[in-house]
Amino acid sequence: MTVNHYADGVKPARLTGEEIAANFTDMHAPLGDHEASVAADRCYFCHDAPCITACPTAIDIPLFIRQIQGGKPADAGQTILGQNILGGMCARVCPTETLCEEACVRNAAEGEPVEIGRLQRYGTDRVMAGNTHPFSRAEPTGKRIAVVGAGPAGLACAHRLAMKGHEVTLYEARKKPGGLNEYGIAAYKSVENFAAREVDWLMGIGGITLKTGHKLGETITLAELQDGYDAVFLGIGLAGVNRPGLPGETLDNCDDAVDFIDRLRQSDDLAALPVGRDVVVVGGGMTAVDAAVQARKLGAETVSMVYRRDRAAMGASDYEVDYAAQQGVRVVTNAAPSAVNGDAGVTDITFERTKSGPSGLATTGETITLKADQVFMAIGQRLDGVPDGLELDGRKIAVSGPGRTSLKGVWAGGDCTPGEDLTVVAVAEGRDAAEDIHSTLMEG
Amino acid sequence: MADLTTDFLGIKSPNPFWLASAPPTDKEYNVRRAFEAGWGGVVWKTLGEEGPPVVNVNGPRYGAIWGADRRLLGLNNIELITDRDLYTNLEEITRVKRDYPDRAVIVSIMVPCDEESWKAILPLVEETGADGIELNFGCPHGMSERGMGSAVGQVPEYIQMVAEWCKKYYSKPVIVKLTPNITDITKPATAAKLGGADAVSLINTINSITAVDLDCMAPEPTIDGKGSHGGYCGPAVKPIALSMVSEIARNPATHGLPISGIGGVTTWRDAAEYMALGCGNVQVCTAAMTYGFKVVEEMCSGLSSWMDEKGYTSTADFIGMAVPNVTDWQHLNLNYISKARISQDDCIKCGRCFAACEDTSHQAISMSEDRVFEVIDAECVACNLCVNVCPVEGCITMERLEPGTTDPRTGRKVEADYANWTTHPNNPGAVTAAE
Repeated sequence: MTVNHYADGVKPARLTGEEIAANFTDMHAPLGDHEASVAADRCYFCHDAPCITACPTAIDIPLFIRQIQGGKPADAGQTILGQNILGGMCARVCPTETLCEEACVRNAAEGEPVEIGRLQRYGTDRVMAGNTHPFSRAEPTGKRIAVVGAGPAGLACAHRLAMKGHEVTLYEARKKPGGLNEYGIAAYKSVENFAAREVDWLMGIGGITLKTGHKLGETITLAELQDGYDAVFLGIGLAGVNRPGLPGETLDNCDDAVDFIDRLRQSDDLAALPVGRDVVVVGGGMTAVDAAVQARKLGAETVSMVYRRDRAAMGASDYEVDYAAQQGVRVVTNAAPSAVNGDAGVTDITFERTKSGPSGLATTGETITLKADQVFMAIGQRLDGVPDGLELDGRKIAVSGPGRTSLKGVWAGGDCTPGEDLTVVAVAEGRDAAEDIHSTLMEG
Repeated sequence: MADLTTDFLGIKSPNPFWLASAPPTDKEYNVRRAFEAGWGGVVWKTLGEEGPPVVNVNGPRYGAIWGADRRLLGLNNIELITDRDLYTNLEEITRVKRDYPDRAVIVSIMVPCDEESWKAILPLVEETGADGIELNFGCPHGMSERGMGSAVGQVPEYIQMVAEWCKKYYSKPVIVKLTPNITDITKPATAAKLGGADAVSLINTINSITAVDLDCMAPEPTIDGKGSHGGYCGPAVKPIALSMVSEIARNPATHGLPISGIGGVTTWRDAAEYMALGCGNVQVCTAAMTYGFKVVEEMCSGLSSWMDEKGYTSTADFIGMAVPNVTDWQHLNLNYISKARISQDDCIKCGRCFAACEDTSHQAISMSEDRVFEVIDAECVACNLCVNVCPVEGCITMERLEPGTTDPRTGRKVEADYANWTTHPNNPGAVTAAE
């Protein structure tokens, strides 16, 4: 295939297959045994450790690191997975710099936390490399539960319910389970089909029947599920994508970032995936970073990530933004999109300079125009397809306690409920809802 | 730069760093390289009697313990004395001493515990021109099973007897190397002195098993499924050696007997500590075996610059300076009362001090909701455990309570006068201090 490095327009094969393969290797290489030993030795085994508090799933981090010190990484993995069944994915995608590693006392000591994320991967990889599933099921309860959405919240909920002896039917709208782990996370954070392997491993608990291609409100309804099951858990995520409503935003090659990431994750041949020569990503969150970085890795010559507010207000962590900059992404702040320009396809995009004032964000009157043959919108996702009868809290499904919705017998968790939209938060919510479902069902 | 020249028993060397009798000093090739690297002297690896040399095992001779980053902390060996021909060694010693007249060359010897054996070998060693001999009464493995090494060192009468033979048949300084595998180190040291030895060197290695292979259920190093205890050395043994050195240095029966300090000397500081406790020089082995001969450069530069900082112009200026401060527990000042102080600026809030004190000591550290750790003076006995477990050096310190203030723990006024257990009212054997 010819290499279209400097071709205008949206073209495949901007780099050679080898170059692209090299660009999409593991963002953080796994720790070797000796590296893990040295990294683990840095843990102070803090009393009432701040890292545990900072972890949404409350993994006993000092304990699992001490198990690594003791030469038992699989025991460490068991400690992790007992709290967070998707501990393998969380080790790869958690913004540890704002969670456990931010809380690590080594930051105060010397500015370098213990590498908790990489150590977590070291432990969980060891468990998943084993041939047996490390958790077993309790005696059958005879209870049947429908879990809607096979993303992190649904998977965590289903696994915990299966452990408790319940029969779970896991409904998923897409072809594959995994949710954002499968479709929404940057490829270089989950190499070698890890998301799918992790789901396969998780299903090893047994007692979970996966039904893909079932979308709530289309092939199944909440009312039917309420009738047919003892309890329902909704982990339906945020299926809708926000659009700014700009002139020209329907032009060709003005796409949603999530669709680009989805296509990329599902591609068998990244060199065949077209990308613009000059790419502009609108947004300041993790999705914007993932789209911008991956556009660069596919060979886009210039990639700009443009955010309407200032740097501090960005949703993406400092670490992620620094990583994007290191990959050659130009990060532009205080610029709000005003028009996407072009004839059939995009040619450039205009922004208005902004500044934060007492009455919120204001434009300064200055405009800037960036050349673009491809624009990705990454300004957030929203709840879509909520069944009638569920009370909302703002733009999410209202819950009280461990995921109880306004409807009796219906729980919810993950991105569709209030709280931070993080894999690890979704896992915690799914797990905790499962515990609550279990105690509710077993009481009655 | 301070002058590191050392005079030990009249033997001059350009610095106090000698290589101990061990594999690094087993042959001319190594010793020449050591002298080129800057070592002040060597104790040649132990010679045995004339005849077929000893044989070593053909499996692993060493075992070790490490820190997490494979820093070698302790080394164990089951190697015997030199397994090369006696005359080969003697010829090499002669050549090396001739070529390096400014360096100390000491010959370590281990022959059976009878006068004839010593009478036979000593003139041969004398002929080499070496500066002195060191009697290997220390090796705790292999040779001890044949009545040599530590089997001699554990019997003070034998030490005295052999030392006497050596002084009788050898004209130059005689150093007795002591085994630590004994209850009271002053006994063999006293015996050496009574036998006329010019000095003692210590410690030799400590009986040890470094690890157990849990798959084949055998001690390490394992040879064909079996293991034997070895001799332990390296940084891990230094505290044991320092204590033994100090006992010899302060014991009236042995005070003043020259000492060559051995055991885990790794940097200049270790050497300075041994010398402060009365050693005229130090011997090094594990550091050289771990890092090579080049380590002596740091030892020399570090010791010299420290001496400059302190204003010492010769090693003699500080040798033995710490000896008067080594005392018995019963003489420690019970009116010296201190409390732990935690620097909130330096604290990283790990809580290790709290866990240690709360779980295992005196419940004298409080922890607030927001992880502020503070000392409760009314409970603090100044044990120092919090200082030892704190990962931040200097964050927790011990502060003396001024005389005249009240110790919140006891409610008693802090006395200015020194008072120890010998006069304490709780001591049934207390005596009234002399007027």
